[in-house]
Amino acid sequence: MSDEWRKKYRLEALQAVTKRATFGNDIDLSDFVTIPKGERGIDEDVKKKGLEVGVDVEGKKGGTYFQVDHSVLLSQIASRIKGVEMMTTDEALNKYDWLKGYYWKALSVSQDKYTAIAELRQTKGYFIRSAPNEKVEQPIQACLYIGTEGVLQAPHNIIIAEEGSELNVITGCTADSRVKTVAHVGVSEFYVKKNATLVFTMIHSWSDEAYVRPRTGVIVEEGGTFISNYVMIKPVRDIQSYPTAHLVGKDAKAKFNSIIYASKDSIIDLGNRIYLMAEGTSGESIFKVVSTGTSKVYNRGQIIGQNRNTKGHLECRGMILCPTSSITAIPELVAEHSDTELSHEAAIGRLQEEQLHYLMARGIQPEQAIGVLVKGFLDPGLPGLPERLQEEIRAKLALLERKSSPQEPC
Amino acid sequence: MLLSVQDLHVTVEGKELLKGIDLEMEYGEIVAIMGHNASGKTTLALTLAGFPQYQVSKGKILFEGEDITSKSIDERARMGMALAFQSPPAIRGIKLGHMISLSAGMNPWQPKPGDDPDLPKKILRKVNLEPEKYLDREVNVGFSGGERKRSELAQIFAMKPKLMILDEPDSGVDIDSLKVLGNSLQEYFRTEKCSMMIITHHRHILQYLKPSRMHILSGGKIALTGSYEELMPKIEELGYERLIKEASNT
Ligand SMILES: Nc1ncnc2c1ncn2[C@@H]1O[C@H](COP(=O)(O)OP(=O)(O)O)[C@@H](O)[C@H]1O
Ligand SMILES: [Mg+2]
Repeated sequence: MSDEWRKKYRLEALQAVTKRATFGNDIDLSDFVTIPKGERGIDEDVKKKGLEVGVDVEGKKGGTYFQVDHSVLLSQIASRIKGVEMMTTDEALNKYDWLKGYYWKALSVSQDKYTAIAELRQTKGYFIRSAPNEKVEQPIQACLYIGTEGVLQAPHNIIIAEEGSELNVITGCTADSRVKTVAHVGVSEFYVKKNATLVFTMIHSWSDEAYVRPRTGVIVEEGGTFISNYVMIKPVRDIQSYPTAHLVGKDAKAKFNSIIYASKDSIIDLGNRIYLMAEGTSGESIFKVVSTGTSKVYNRGQIIGQNRNTKGHLECRGMILCPTSSITAIPELVAEHSDTELSHEAAIGRLQEEQLHYLMARGIQPEQAIGVLVKGFLDPGLPGLPERLQEEIRAKLALLERKSSPQEPC
Repeated sequence: MLLSVQDLHVTVEGKELLKGIDLEMEYGEIVAIMGHNASGKTTLALTLAGFPQYQVSKGKILFEGEDITSKSIDERARMGMALAFQSPPAIRGIKLGHMISLSAGMNPWQPKPGDDPDLPKKILRKVNLEPEKYLDREVNVGFSGGERKRSELAQIFAMKPKLMILDEPDSGVDIDSLKVLGNSLQEYFRTEKCSMMIITHHRHILQYLKPSRMHILSGGKIALTGSYEELMPKIEELGYERLIKEASNT
């Protein structure tokens, strides 16, 4: 886009291209390309991988946005589902002048080199908006797929749940089974207006060599609710993300649920930050992780209580299956007001032998028993998650159960 | 002979808990094990089931003639030995219905042709747990004493074992639940003819399941063996300690 108005963001971004992120390893993105050689259509692998992250390309029902590398193959829908519109962010910016007022407002373009690169090398992204007071029952699905070796995918997504509306978005991020080294630095800005509810479910299923740096900012207005469900079961090279929610309106709520199965030599650094800015706001983050292989997991959580009658809770539950893996919980509670109530709870341990033996006493082989326990430990029971997706996540976990000694264990 | 325990010695962390147990069970036989608290009843049950922390330092266990002393818990279970735990653990995230399917050797997430999807329901009804309420409950999470015992029975019924080891299936259970448990066990015994080793403190459950023999454990040994008719009234009259003392005097 050549738009004048974006110039200031580009200039700001240019200042930040070498700025290291607060957390995680520093990734050199200069070798990744934004212009892949050939264009790719929706083939069998795309369909299969889409399904794996809960997005049914051929589904007749749901609204679907499908981006392969940098091309949007499918963004049908707006017309088909009442009360929602969906298009690429570029289209939306052309269509709605007011949208410029949302661009880079939930997070800063100069936050770190990844936000900067996302601006400078942006590759599409989706815009989803529910109309005021529309209760959109059908989940809207979006899939970001990387199909080419060495690609950097940098979409800029914006979701707006207008006043009084309810919106349920499922995003899957995945890569071709054949590609190895890829990078993703998606930017997401979520706006939950007065009394609106946004349930955002993200399923990550990357390749072993994927470098992933999503950057997410959320603004929740009075009486609004934001629920984030995050699921990652496949290995990844290195992911770091720290979505931040700003509860700016009275009684706004945010809840983050994460389910992680860390395998191989994945480096996983995930967490959330919630600012309880207005009176009566509340936030919660629940992180469940099982670690195997030589994976390293960090769970950061921060809740900042800044107003009266605010409440926040952080929870990390970890199971270490392999002694060669590690889980680090780093909870932070910051009280900046005397009438805020903040708590955290972290419990990390190994698989409970008593439970394993109990299952074995029923004739279940130890490998399968471990799988059953891992699945049970991670089982979502996620609030606000449609039953269909709940079942899909369960099925994915069941895969661990079936594979028994969950993938190559230690 | 279904089970033959020969001079079984068991140690845990260097401490000898069982000091030479000899015990035999025939197919279709019911045997009761009684004895004061800490006499080694649960130790015996868990050792038979193959729990690795209970190390057999001497002696052996034969099941259907095969030496199973070094077999793992799950191998023994698949050979036909099922244990109803005295205090089973709670397991979050696993539904009782699934647990019953797994116990029956099925995979609830990947059914095979011929699997009966209604099996968990049918079994729950047998132990008087309404399927509507209990199929989706997490195993033992928030279960009352009676519910726990019934959930244990449901799981081991699903295993169709040759030998059931019931570790205090009746303790901490109210009179109504006791009836349910007694009736389900009686019915199961009548139809399946499986052998049962019942560890208990009370005669009530034994009225449903007439044992052919009773053993009284004391200090990790069988102190006394006799028939139900002979021993039960004496236990109630004298208590374990005096009974054992008097028996050893005569
Ligand atoms: N895992 C163990 N570690 C140490 N001591 C144990 C263990 N299990 C049982 N014991 C001890 O062995 C004795 C017998 O226990 P148990 O077999 O549970 O008795 P009962 O079932 O007859 O009440 C008790 O003194 C108990 O404390
Ligand atoms: Mg006991």
